[in-house]
Amino acid sequence: MSGTVDQIGSDRLVSRVPSGPIAQKWDKHKFEMKLVAPTNKRKYTIIVVGTGLAGASAAASLAELGYNVHAVTIHDSPRRAHSIAAQGGINAAKNYQNDGDSIYRLFYDTVKGGDFRSREANVYRLAQSSTAIIDHCVAQGVPFAREYGGTLANRTFGGVQVSRTFYARGQTGQQLLLGAYGSLMRQVGIGRVTMHARREVLDVVTVDGVCRGVIMRNMTTGAIESLAGHAVMMCTGGYGNAYYLSTNAKGCNVTAAWRAYKRGAFFANPCYTQIHPTCIPVTGDYQSKLTLMSESLRNDGRVWVPKTKGDSRPPNEIPESDRDYYLERKYPAFGNMVPRDVASRNAKQRCDEGQGVGTSGKAVYLDFADAIKRLGAKAIEEKYGNLFHMYAKITAEDPYKVPMRIYPAIHYTMGGLWVDYNLQSTLPGLFVLGEANFSDHGANRLGASALMQGLADGYFVAPYTVGDHLVTSKLAPVGTDHAAFREAAGQAEAKTKQLLGIKGRRSADSFHRELGHIMWDNCGMSRNAAGLEKAVGKIRELRSEFWENVRVLGQGDELNQSLEYAGRVGDFLEFGELLATDALKRNESCGGHFREEYQEEGEAVRDDDHFCHVAAWEYKGDNAAPVRHQEPLTFDEVHLTKRSYRE
Amino acid sequence: MSATLDLTLKIWRQDGPKDRGQFKTYQLKGISTEMSFLEMLDILNEQLNHLGEEPVAFDHDCREGICGTCSLMINGQAHGPDHKTTTCQLHMRKFHNHDTIVIEPWRANAFPILRDLVVDRSAFDRIVSAGGFVSVNVGNAPDGNSVPVPKVNADKALDAAVCIGCGACVASCKNASALLFVGAKVSQYALLPQGQAERAQRVQKMVAQMDKEGFGSCTNTSECEAACPAGISVVNISQLNREFLRATITATT
Repeated sequence: MSGTVDQIGSDRLVSRVPSGPIAQKWDKHKFEMKLVAPTNKRKYTIIVVGTGLAGASAAASLAELGYNVHAVTIHDSPRRAHSIAAQGGINAAKNYQNDGDSIYRLFYDTVKGGDFRSREANVYRLAQSSTAIIDHCVAQGVPFAREYGGTLANRTFGGVQVSRTFYARGQTGQQLLLGAYGSLMRQVGIGRVTMHARREVLDVVTVDGVCRGVIMRNMTTGAIESLAGHAVMMCTGGYGNAYYLSTNAKGCNVTAAWRAYKRGAFFANPCYTQIHPTCIPVTGDYQSKLTLMSESLRNDGRVWVPKTKGDSRPPNEIPESDRDYYLERKYPAFGNMVPRDVASRNAKQRCDEGQGVGTSGKAVYLDFADAIKRLGAKAIEEKYGNLFHMYAKITAEDPYKVPMRIYPAIHYTMGGLWVDYNLQSTLPGLFVLGEANFSDHGANRLGASALMQGLADGYFVAPYTVGDHLVTSKLAPVGTDHAAFREAAGQAEAKTKQLLGIKGRRSADSFHRELGHIMWDNCGMSRNAAGLEKAVGKIRELRSEFWENVRVLGQGDELNQSLEYAGRVGDFLEFGELLATDALKRNESCGGHFREEYQEEGEAVRDDDHFCHVAAWEYKGDNAAPVRHQEPLTFDEVHLTKRSYRE
Repeated sequence: MSATLDLTLKIWRQDGPKDRGQFKTYQLKGISTEMSFLEMLDILNEQLNHLGEEPVAFDHDCREGICGTCSLMINGQAHGPDHKTTTCQLHMRKFHNHDTIVIEPWRANAFPILRDLVVDRSAFDRIVSAGGFVSVNVGNAPDGNSVPVPKVNADKALDAAVCIGCGACVASCKNASALLFVGAKVSQYALLPQGQAERAQRVQKMVAQMDKEGFGSCTNTSECEAACPAGISVVNISQLNREFLRATITATT
C-alpha cells in the first residue's frame, strides 16, 4: 500500500451540500428533495443493518412513514446493540438552563471540538435536530432526570461552557435505545418491520451500480440468506475493536462496513479514533475489554497525580500541596472539562513523566472527595450510582472512599464510510448512519454527541433523504434470485469454507490480541511516521499468517461463535492497515489524531494549508493500493483558528 | 496481591436445540482472582481450541453489565453468587481455590436452548412488541418541558426502566414466570404521563403475550428480585397486578 495515490477534488466525492445561508440549508433541501407519495411508500423495501440508536430509530421512522422495512442485527435481540452502554448523556440546544445556549452555539462547539475537520452544513443540521430528539424521546416515555419542579435536568460535558446534556443517571444510552427499541418493536408487532435477529451481514449486493440488498449468515443455523430491497442503511457502529482492547462490546466489528468498502463505498478518515480519558486501567494479559467511566464524572471529579515521580503513598495520605491537578492548572477556563483528546494526551504525558499511579504506573486519579464533602455522598450516588457500582465490581475498591484510577482507552471512532449531505455513500443506494459514517464529529467527538448524532440520522435525516433516492433513481425490480445475489452468496460461503479449512494452530483471539498491540503501540494516543510504517508491515505479516495458521473448529452450518469471530478478525486485519496508512498520510495533528512530529508544547498542530480535507479511500482490489480521494472542507461560519481551551 | 485459583468446571454441553445435552468436566489452573468470570471462560475456550475440542458457546457482548446478553446459571444461581451483578461483572475473587463450579444455561420452556449455554430469549421481544411502548410517531412530540413530571415519579420510572432484559428473573423462578420483566415495563409507563393513553391496553396485551409464550405464573417467592442484576424490585409485580385489575374494571369492550 506504500504507493498510494492522492486524488484531489475527486469527482466521486460530491457533498451535495445545499446552497444558501447555513441556517436555511436543511429546510431548503427538504423542500427541494423529491417526495414519495404516502400510498407509494409501501411499494419500497428498505433494509436497515444494525439496531443501535441509528438503526432502531431509522427502522422505526421508515416503518412509521409506510415503507416496508427489514431490520437486521447480530444480537439475539435488537435491544442489545452497544448504544445501550452509552453512559453520560445526550446534547441538545434547548437552552433550558438559560445559560446562553443556542443551535448556533452547539454547532460552533461541535465544529471547534472536532478540530475543524467536519463538514459545517452537516454539523449545523445535527444541532438543529437536537431539540426535536429530546422532545421525541420524552414523548416515548424515556425517564430523563428531572428537577423537583418536574422540568428536565441538565449537566455539562467536556469542551463546552453551557449545561446542555440530558441524562438518565449514568445509563442514558440504555434509556434512549430502549425508547427506540420500543418504537421498533411496535412496528414489528404491526407487521411493518420484519426483524432478522442473530444475522450477520457479510456483504452488500449491487445491481447496475446501485446497492440493492445484503447477504447475511443466519448465526443460529449457519445458512447464508439474502435480502433484496430498494435501499440499504448501514448502521453498524464503529471499528474501535481493531485495537482489541476498547470500551466497545465484544461483538462490535467492522465487517459489514468493510465489505461495503470493497463494493465501492469509500472509507473516510479511518485514522480519527477517539481515546477516552476516563477508563478503568488494564490489569492483566487476560483482559478482554476495557470499561468506560463516563465523562460526566468530570463534572464532580477532579483529575490529579502526585507532583513527585514515584510517590507511592496512598492517595488519601498525599496532602493537597503535593498534588498536581494538571488539567485545572493548564486549562483554567475549562479545567477538568477539556475535550477528550486533550484530557487523554495530558494523562499520557503525566504517566510518561513518571507521575502515574497504581501498580502499572499507567493511571491517574479521578477524585470525588471534594464533591462528596460539598454535596454529600447521597447526591453523588443519585448522579453516578451505577458507575460507582460498576467501578467497585471491577476493581474491588470503593470510589466513595478512595479516588478512582483511570487511564485513556479506545472508545469511539470518528472515521467511517464517507457520506454526502444525504448520508448516502459513494455506493448509490447505500446510506450510512450513526457512528458508522464519518460526517459530523471531525477529528474529535465531544461528549454526549454520539447519541445525538445516531438519533438525528435515524429519526430526522435518513427517512427524508432516502425518498429522494427512491424517486430519482430508476430502480428495476430485483429479487434475491438475481445473479448478483447468487454470486455474492457464493463468495460468502466460500469464505466460510476457507476459514474452516485452514486448520492452523492459533485461535482467532490470539491474532486479534496481537493486532491490538500493534495498533495501540503504533497507532494509538500518539503516532509517528516510523511507527506507522512499522505497523503497516507488521499487520501485513500478521494477516498472511492468519490466513495460513488460524484454527476455526466446528462446522459452517451450525451456531459457531469461533467462525463468526474469525471472519471479523480477518476483516480487522485488512482494515487495520488502512487505518495506519491513513494516519501515515495525514501529516498533521488534529483532534484524536496526534502525530508527534506536529506539536507545540504538547498541543496538536494542524496543517490547514495541506490537510483541511476529508481523506476518503477507494478500494482497488486486494493486491492494489487504495486511492486516497480528498473532499476539501470550507469553514464559512466557524473560522479556522487554533483550538485553545486555556482561556 | 492477585492470587490464582485451580478450578473444576462442570459445563452443560449441547450441540443443538434437538440434542439431549450433558455435563462435561474441565480442569483449569492458575486463574487470576482479578479476572472476570467470562475471561475465565475465554481461557477455557482458548485451551479447548488448542486441544481441538469445540469451544463452549455462550452469549456475551458489552461485558460491562448493561446489554443483558450474558446469562449463565452458576452453581444454581442466575448470574452467580454476587448480588446485583451480571455474569460479565462477576469476578473470580468471589471463588476459592479448588472450587467446583457448575455452569448451566437458563432453563425455561420459553427460552429454548440453541447450543451449550446459549438460549433463545426472543419471547421477551414479542412481549414488548405486543405493547411495551408508547405509540408516538416521530414528528408528533410537544416540547420536552411542556408536561412536568414530578421528580419522584421520574426516578421511580427509571428504577423500573433499568431492566436489562437478561432473563435472570425467569431462570431463577421455579415457575419460569416473566412477571418481573413485564411488571418493570408496565410500571415505567404507568408512572409517566406519556404512558397514560394506552395504560389499560398495554398491560392486557403484554400479559396475554406473556401467557402465550409459555411463561409460568407468579407465586410470590421473590427469587426474581434476588437474582436481578439491575435491582428491579418486586414492587413492580404488585404494580402490574394493580394495573391489570384496573384495566379489567375499566375495560370498555
